Parts: sequence; C-alpha cells; structure tokens
Amino acid sequence: MDENPAFKVGDQLILQGSDFSELIVRLKAAAYRVVGPMVRDGCIVFDEISGVEDLPAGFGDNQDAATYRLRQCDDMALFGYNNGPQSVKRFLYTPQREIWKARRNRKTVSIHLPDTEPVKTAFLGVRPCDLNAVLIQDRVFTRGEYLDDDYNKRRENSLIIVVNCTEAGKTCFCSSMNTGPRATAGFDLALTEILHADHHYFLLEVGSDRGLSIVAGMPCDHASDQQLRTAAESVTRAADNMGRSIDASGLKELLIRNIDNVYWDSVGHRCLTCANCTMVCPTCFCSTVEDTTDLTGNTAHRIRRWDSCFTMDFSYIHGGSVRPSAKARYRQWIIHKLASWHEQFGTSGCVGCGRCITWCPVGIDITEEARAIRQRDIRPAEVSETMEV
Amino acid sequence: MTPVPFMVKKVQRDTADTFTIVLTDVERVTGMTFAPGQFNMLYVFGAGEIPVSISGDPTSTKKLIHTVRVVGTVSRALRRLRVGDFVGVRGPFGTAWPVQKGESNDVVLVAGGIGLAPIRPALYYLLANRKKYGKITLLYGARTPSDILYRTELEQWRARFDLEVEVTVDHGDDTWWGNVGVVPTLIPRAPFDPLNTIAMTCGPEVMMRFTVMALRKRGVNTDDIYVSMERNMKCAIGLCGHCQFGGKFVCKDGPVFRYDTVAHLFNKREV
Amino acid sequence: MQTLEPYLAEHPFLKGIETRHIQLLVGCAGNVRFDAGQYIFREGDEANEFYFIRHGKLALEIFRPHKGGIVVQTLQPGDVVGWSWLFPPHFRLFDCRAIELTRAIALDGTCLRNKCEEDYQLGYEMMRRFAHLMEEELLALRLQVLDIYGVPG
Repeated sequence: MDENPAFKVGDQLILQGSDFSELIVRLKAAAYRVVGPMVRDGCIVFDEISGVEDLPAGFGDNQDAATYRLRQCDDMALFGYNNGPQSVKRFLYTPQREIWKARRNRKTVSIHLPDTEPVKTAFLGVRPCDLNAVLIQDRVFTRGEYLDDDYNKRRENSLIIVVNCTEAGKTCFCSSMNTGPRATAGFDLALTEILHADHHYFLLEVGSDRGLSIVAGMPCDHASDQQLRTAAESVTRAADNMGRSIDASGLKELLIRNIDNVYWDSVGHRCLTCANCTMVCPTCFCSTVEDTTDLTGNTAHRIRRWDSCFTMDFSYIHGGSVRPSAKARYRQWIIHKLASWHEQFGTSGCVGCGRCITWCPVGIDITEEARAIRQRDIRPAEVSETMEV
Repeated sequence: MTPVPFMVKKVQRDTADTFTIVLTDVERVTGMTFAPGQFNMLYVFGAGEIPVSISGDPTSTKKLIHTVRVVGTVSRALRRLRVGDFVGVRGPFGTAWPVQKGESNDVVLVAGGIGLAPIRPALYYLLANRKKYGKITLLYGARTPSDILYRTELEQWRARFDLEVEVTVDHGDDTWWGNVGVVPTLIPRAPFDPLNTIAMTCGPEVMMRFTVMALRKRGVNTDDIYVSMERNMKCAIGLCGHCQFGGKFVCKDGPVFRYDTVAHLFNKREV
Repeated sequence: MQTLEPYLAEHPFLKGIETRHIQLLVGCAGNVRFDAGQYIFREGDEANEFYFIRHGKLALEIFRPHKGGIVVQTLQPGDVVGWSWLFPPHFRLFDCRAIELTRAIALDGTCLRNKCEEDYQLGYEMMRRFAHLMEEELLALRLQVLDIYGVPG
C-alpha cells in the first residue's frame, strides 16, 4: 500500500465503496453542484443530488425496443443500471431558455441579454456514450464560425465523472460506434464499479487537472495489476454483451446513395413522427425560437427551445412543409445522424446509446433500419444511371 | 446574436402582396455592408423574426433595403410598420452571388417572382462595374403583368444599351404586350456565350430546376451555374438545424450554391 | 427574283437540314409581312400555312366572351407558328395576332404535305422538328399550368 500517494493525471486509483461518499463531499466542498442519477417516475433521471443516498443503489432495468422497466437487483451496485431517457444534454444545452428580451419605450426598443451565469456543475455517472455525445455537441456549439455562448459557459463550468459500463443493455451498441463501454478521453474522472460478493470498490482514473484537484488527498491507493485486470474484464464483458450492433463501414455513403430507396416508405408507414427519438437523443441539437409579449405589450421575450425534425413545422416555408411525409422526416433524421453529420462536423452523430430504440413507441430500431437499407442497397451501377439528370 | 436597432425610413408597395422596406441604422451612420445575395433576419417587436434577402444596392450602404412578400404573421407586421418604427436586424448572413467570378465573362441572371429581389443587388453591382463584364442579360418571369416587381426600374434597365432585359409573364392580360410564357423559354435565345457565362438564378425551386435544365441544354457548365435556395431559418448561424439541405446548412453554406455542389440533391424529393 | 433559300437555311428550326430539302421547301414558300394588330389567322380558319418568323413578335390568343383575347404564348424571331396544317381536318386552334410589325416566311401546307408524301425523308425531317417543337412547348405549358409564383398554400 502506498503510504504517501501523490497523484497525477493519468493515474489509476482504487476508491473503496465505503469511501464513495467522500467524492461527493469533495465536489461540494469545491463549490460544485452535483448532478447525478436517481430514481424518479419509474426511471433513472439526472438531477441534483445531495449525497450518495440519492443514487439508484440496487436498481437495474430491462430495456428493449419500445420497452423500459426498472427492476430491483440482488446487489447494491450504485451504477448497475443502463441509460435512462435523459442524458446530461439538458444541463449543458437546456430544453428551454430565454435568449433575450426586448423592452419597448415609445418608438425605441432595447434588447437585453439574460444576466444569469451558469453554476459550476459536476456530472456524476455519465456513461461513456454520453460523454462522447457531449464531445460531439462541443463540435456543434463551440467550434464553428458562430458559437453558442450559453453552452460554452456551461461547458467551461462543468466537471465530468464518467462511469464505465460493466453491463450492456439490450438496446446498446456503443461498441459499434467506438464510444464505449469504456471512456478513453474527454473526462475529468472515470469510474469503473467492481462488486464482488464481499468487496465493493471503484477503479478511479484521473483524466484532467480539474479532476485531479478533486481526488488529491482522497483516501485512494494506486490500483494493483490484478485490480486493473478485473476492471478491464468487467468492461470487456459489457462489450461482448451489446444488445445491438450496427455496421458502420461505409455507412455514410450507403445512406446517401440510397436516398431514393423505396424501403423508406416502410419506415414512413410505421413512424408516428412523435419526436421521442430526437428528445432522448444525447446529440440532437435542433432548436427553435418563440416570441411572446407580456400583457402590457411592452416586453417581448425570445425563448429558445428544443425542436425536432419530426414536426411539420420544422421545415415550414411559406406555403407548406418541405418534408410533409413521415418517410421524408425519418429519412432526414437517420441520414443526418449517420451520414450528413460527418460532412458537417467530421464525426458520426450517433453514439450508440440506444435511447431512440428504447423510447420509440412503435419500436423502430435505428440499427435495424440501417441494416435494412444495406440489404436493399442499390448497386453503384444503378446510382450512376439515376444521378444523370 | 442579438438584433441591432434599425429604423423604418420608407415602406413602399410593389405589388398586391409585395412591398419594399427601407431601413437606416440607428447606431452606425455607415450602415451595413453586405455582399449581393446575402440575407438578414428582420425582427418586428412582439411579432417575431424572419429571413429576408437584401434587395438594395451593395455599393450604397446607408440605406438597408429589403423586398418582402406578405406570406405570414411577421411579414404582415413588417408591412404595417410606419416611418420611424423599430426593426431589429441580425446579419448579413450567408454566401454571395459570384460577381467577381463573372468578371470578363457574360453574365445571365434568371429570376422568377420574388426571386428578382435577391438578384437585384447583383445587377446593381454588375452595372456599377459594367466595364469588367461581357454581355449582361436579365431574364425575369412573373405570374401576371400586375405581379411584376420593380416595374419602373425594369423599364429603365430595358432602355440601356449595355444590358439585355427580357420580361415574361405566365398569364397575360389586355394591358400586356410583352412575352407570355415561362422564364426558362427565354434562355435558348438569350444573347450569351454558353462557354463563357456565369449564370445566377433565383425563384421557386421548380422554376430553378427547369432553368438549370435549359442552361445546361444551352451548354453552360454546371460549375458556372449558381442557385439560391430557400429553407426554414431560425438562427441563421448554423446552430438551429432547421435549414438543412442534405449536409448543407442553407443559412451559412448558402443561400447561394454552385449548382454542381448541390446537383445530387436538386432533383430529390422532400430533402 | 431573290430566292428565299438563304433565309430558310439560317432559320433555327431548319438547322442542319440538307440543301436538297431546303430547295424542296423553297418551292412552297412565300414572303409575308403583318402590321401590328393584324390577325394572321383566327380560330376555326382553314390552316393552309405555317410561318417561320424572321422579325417582330406574334401572340397566340384564345378569345373569351366579355374579356377579349387572352394571350397564351408569344412568339419571336426563330420561332415557328402553326402546326394545324399537319393534321386533318386542318383548322386553326387559336387566334394569332401580330403585336408589332412582323416579317415571316409562309409555307404552303398543302404543297408541303404533298412533297412529304413523295419524299419520306423530307417528311421525317419535318416531323422530327415539329415533334421537338411540341415537346418544348408542352414542357413550357406544363410549367405555366403549375402557377409556380402563385399564392402559396
């Protein structure tokens, strides 16, 4: 045992289960609001937690297409569940936000920005797929010609504690998207929970200086080779038990050349255009704005809220929607997610979290739809013919 | 990005459903510099915000001019504004017509309906730099004679010796002595050299599709044809996702696209 | 007398046609001019001629009671007017009016029909050109019907 641990970034440490509450205490001492998983309304949600007792100890879940049920487990693992409907997206890119308000005084109008500053927030229990979703949204909101200031501020004030997956859900396919089940970069701290009959501990990886400042002085040891092996095996087990998979090779080109494939009609007949998939997706970033005035008519508010490409309104231009059919809207979503995203942001827009499969009320499965298109792929020879106008 | 305060200088009726609004910058005397083909987001207090292409002269920036067709709540609210009223402006946004690329070439502008509005700044620019260009042709199609935009100005342009202007209407009436027929039918006879021509077109998508076909039939290269696309826009800065056209964001990758970069999407349905 | 051969040969409608066919056409051709406002033909007239426009502008109209003639198409130099001579019973389907002073070459339909019967190659050349013209006019008409600039919705 290391008597005088001086930790550094990149270290792999062991945190005993009995000491876990210390992590939350330290986060709070460092003035972080701690957001973590908890059980509410029959599912796992993210919200502010006051201590380890709020975490969903002993809970697991059964998930499949259009199916989600919490269940009690035999063990008391803190993170023994798979992703619930929410990701941390709602805290970084908020579902609804006033972006400015305008005040009218006779003929002049003045515009006022909200002066709220985001609070420092530690996100505990972020799965590797969701961490990658955050990194993808970073590309959307912080890399282009125009930035989203609010997102940037929230990101700067965030600390991410990943929990690697030792169990995969039935709708998970992060292995296919290279986003899990183990996080490799982009986190401040990463945990792997190990639970034997008589022993409960965490492998704790230090990913950044910010993370290091939290664990410095904590009662941790350096992990032994045996412990590292055990953690690696647990994660490998999850990788081997992915409930779903998607063949990502040439997927972008496949979808783009099949834009006219008659198969889309079949999805169009099933899709309810309810927008659930876009609401639970951790990377979907589309938004709209609403303008409202108060009763005096002298103050107008501009609200930004999440929007979905599944609504008719989304593509409305004078005269009607550009994509009136369900088929066109589903096609827009899946091609954007798996193909155009590469063109726009240099990465896939899918992290394989499986939420869109679980929360689709009719069980449409993105991995199945991609597979169906691949089976019906129009041959390149046919493409060259149809492309010639 | 928040709107910058502008003030209404003039609202002028063009046709039954279209008007031109002239704005001046409340804070900057110099006004707004923009490139032909770009657009602004216009905010009317309490009503909302819409994208409108700039229809004024890019070489004279003190007055900011937009031509608007009344199709919804915000455009209706814009029309009701009086001199001195506030309009919030964000912009200018988007890509421009390739006026520099057209230098020492013939230029043909093909506009349909309200599509003449975004084309007009390009024409102002070309005429201001007339010597740099070969033949310049404007082909304009409207629904009926009373739907013709900028009628007085079109007559002035027609009278010039260094500009070819052809106007056609889909449906004539007793007062109309000009062409009857859709605008693509003017292309086969327009006086330009297909191999040394930059073509710019703006109008309803159907009209642009057939315009592009007629231009290609005439022998114009696909990388010399430019189209201006229209999609729903909310943020205008590539963040809200509404204006996607395949992998493009029309607000920042467009609205003006070189035809060959969007040709694979141009004839696809509901994209 | 100056022959019409060079005028016919340079008309876009006849581009690429063999000289010997031009010569056959000249035999059926005559020079015509129409003053502004003059009707070249009216709906229901016997269709004995068609015209290669050289200068000016013509309007094809349909007459509506109480409203007068509505212009459905305007025709310019390079255009060809009239195909009713091709198909029995050879009656005009529109009114055709000169908008401005117009010069054209008129072709005698009966004469040309007979020559086409005698020389199928000439017949084919004429049919091919008229079919292409009809295709283009049909496309333009379809676009016109769409009312693409119309009030949305």
